[in-house]
Amino acid sequence: MSFLEILYFMAPVSIAYAAPLIFTALGGVFSERSGVVNIALEGLMVMGAFIGILFNLFFYDTFGSWTPWVALIAAMIVSAVFSLLHAVASITFRADQVVSGVAINMLGLAVALFLTKMIFDKGQTDFIKKAIPNFNIPVLQDIPVIGPMLFKGVYGSSILAIVAAFVAWYVIFKTPFGLRLRSVGEHPMAADTMGIHVNRIRYIAVVISGALAGIGGAIYSQTMTRDFGHATINGQGFMALAAMIFGKWHPIGAMGAAIFFGFAQALAVVGPSIPIIKEIPTGYLHALPYILTILALAGFIGKATGPKASGKPYIKGSR
Amino acid sequence: MTSMSNRMINILVPVISVILGLLVGAIVMVVSGYDPVKGYIALWNGIFGDSYAIGETIRQITPYILAGLAVAFAFRTGLFNIGVEGQLIVGWFAAVYVGAAFDLPKVIHLPLAILAGAAAGALWAFLPGLLKAKMKIHEVIVTIMMNYVALYVVNALIKTWSGGGDKTERIKETASLRSDFLASITDYSRLHYGIILALLMVVLMWFLLEKTTTGFELKAVGFNENASEYAGMKIGKNIILAMVISGAFAGLAGAMEGLGTFGNMYTRGGFTGIGFDGIAVALLGANTPLGVIFGAVLFGSLKYGALNMPNAAQIPEEIVQIVIALVIFFVACGYAIRLLLSKISKKKEAK
Repeated sequence: MSFLEILYFMAPVSIAYAAPLIFTALGGVFSERSGVVNIALEGLMVMGAFIGILFNLFFYDTFGSWTPWVALIAAMIVSAVFSLLHAVASITFRADQVVSGVAINMLGLAVALFLTKMIFDKGQTDFIKKAIPNFNIPVLQDIPVIGPMLFKGVYGSSILAIVAAFVAWYVIFKTPFGLRLRSVGEHPMAADTMGIHVNRIRYIAVVISGALAGIGGAIYSQTMTRDFGHATINGQGFMALAAMIFGKWHPIGAMGAAIFFGFAQALAVVGPSIPIIKEIPTGYLHALPYILTILALAGFIGKATGPKASGKPYIKGSR
Repeated sequence: MTSMSNRMINILVPVISVILGLLVGAIVMVVSGYDPVKGYIALWNGIFGDSYAIGETIRQITPYILAGLAVAFAFRTGLFNIGVEGQLIVGWFAAVYVGAAFDLPKVIHLPLAILAGAAAGALWAFLPGLLKAKMKIHEVIVTIMMNYVALYVVNALIKTWSGGGDKTERIKETASLRSDFLASITDYSRLHYGIILALLMVVLMWFLLEKTTTGFELKAVGFNENASEYAGMKIGKNIILAMVISGAFAGLAGAMEGLGTFGNMYTRGGFTGIGFDGIAVALLGANTPLGVIFGAVLFGSLKYGALNMPNAAQIPEEIVQIVIALVIFFVACGYAIRLLLSKISKKKEAK
């Protein structure tokens, strides 16, 4: 297999794996830019993955080929509501945000599995009939080299994810809301003095992160696993969190990092059919994305620091 | 807050959290169309129903104590070790490996296998400690990643060792924690000597933190890095040491599963959950050694008793995981509970 063939093979899979990570990492950017640490991304993604599958199974007859897309919206809404728990705990009740996040992660998985068993009477759901479709983009797919790499067999959700990254960049850096969001995460007291409602902005940011993580989860379950069980998400949310840090809390950076992690995951999946890499037992290949994450953090991230007020509840009047 | 002492409130917050957790769990059951009374009776019987259930419950509590100690020890030294799960998995594997691969007299073999588990857990926690100490990389992210590395690497090691199979050889009798005596008094449950070791470790943690200079230094660094450094303590060394000790506790929890409960290890599709529940145990126990025992007794019992719920009440056992998650959530929201308590006590004063 030539190098180019490997690229043709790897690129679409990498991008497909990256899409859910991009959405979820963007959610992380919104939340942490506002000063709320969001380790709950994993649980929010689990909820999104579950709702996506559930909706898809139950409403296929109503929405037909549009089902997976409507399911994304359903997952977005449910995860956004679910993320309110994290918001209430960490903003209003001044909980330790990491601990609250851990609770949300456990709760998300437990609730999803509880409902799965209740509805399907077994450990996983049925398989969905209609997954998110992939297609070839006309004209662009005929470009030599890049065409087959990037524009053949593209999932609609991948395009959506890349668009979302640029929209997030615009919102965070070019709009008044974005400025408020960032100021609240850097220096909430100064923002408060300027008349910005610190806690309101933080609530909005956490809910946005829930919505995006919900979309991410539903994309993952509707493209990769096509059913929901206890191991469906299995760390994708944490990887998105790492992508956010690796991307230095910047939407475009997070997208780049997510594509890198998508590539690492693709390596584990298609690795066994690539020379050299296939010599490595697949078990170790599955550990690769996580090892790469640690290496990436150790290699590049040492100097990166998050928003200044991240992790601290804002208490009016305290210095 | 004069009428209610701080100490009283510190005890009340976890108690109220547990009650709220069980209450919301009951509401979830009602909403889902199950009978919560039947459910909780099934849970109760699953824990205390007969001597077999009691034996198995105590067996389940054993790794919970150790996982709770691991999380609590790290918390006390200012670190959040979410990696207990991974450290437990490598500890389990290392203990089983030593237990199966060597032929030694019991007095050497058993301690060696236990130590191997502790050492593996310690090693797995050493790396996040090192990265935190030297490069200021947050231990939460690294330990989470190390969990997945542990899961997949140990799965791969089991495959390699067993020649493509999905479980390891059984440990030799000389490395086993099994006890005929404990089994016979509990109607042949898998209760083993590990519970004694776990309780000894509780004492060890208390002694280490409260009675030694090392423990004082570890706590001081966690409390205020700058002040500790000014006082001449080595920050990096203390961070690494704290992680290593925490990881050793977690590795021991794994050794209990390997040498006591199962006698081998098998490949897993996902985590054991004990490591994550350890966070709940530590939080509920306010990160004190004695508190960890209470937390472990509660969550270990709930976890084992839940297995009786699908059969006896047709309720998915995940309901208990929901309750545990809710309890952590309410403990995290301790501020709100404290506020409520102080309002209540103020009202009483006014009367």
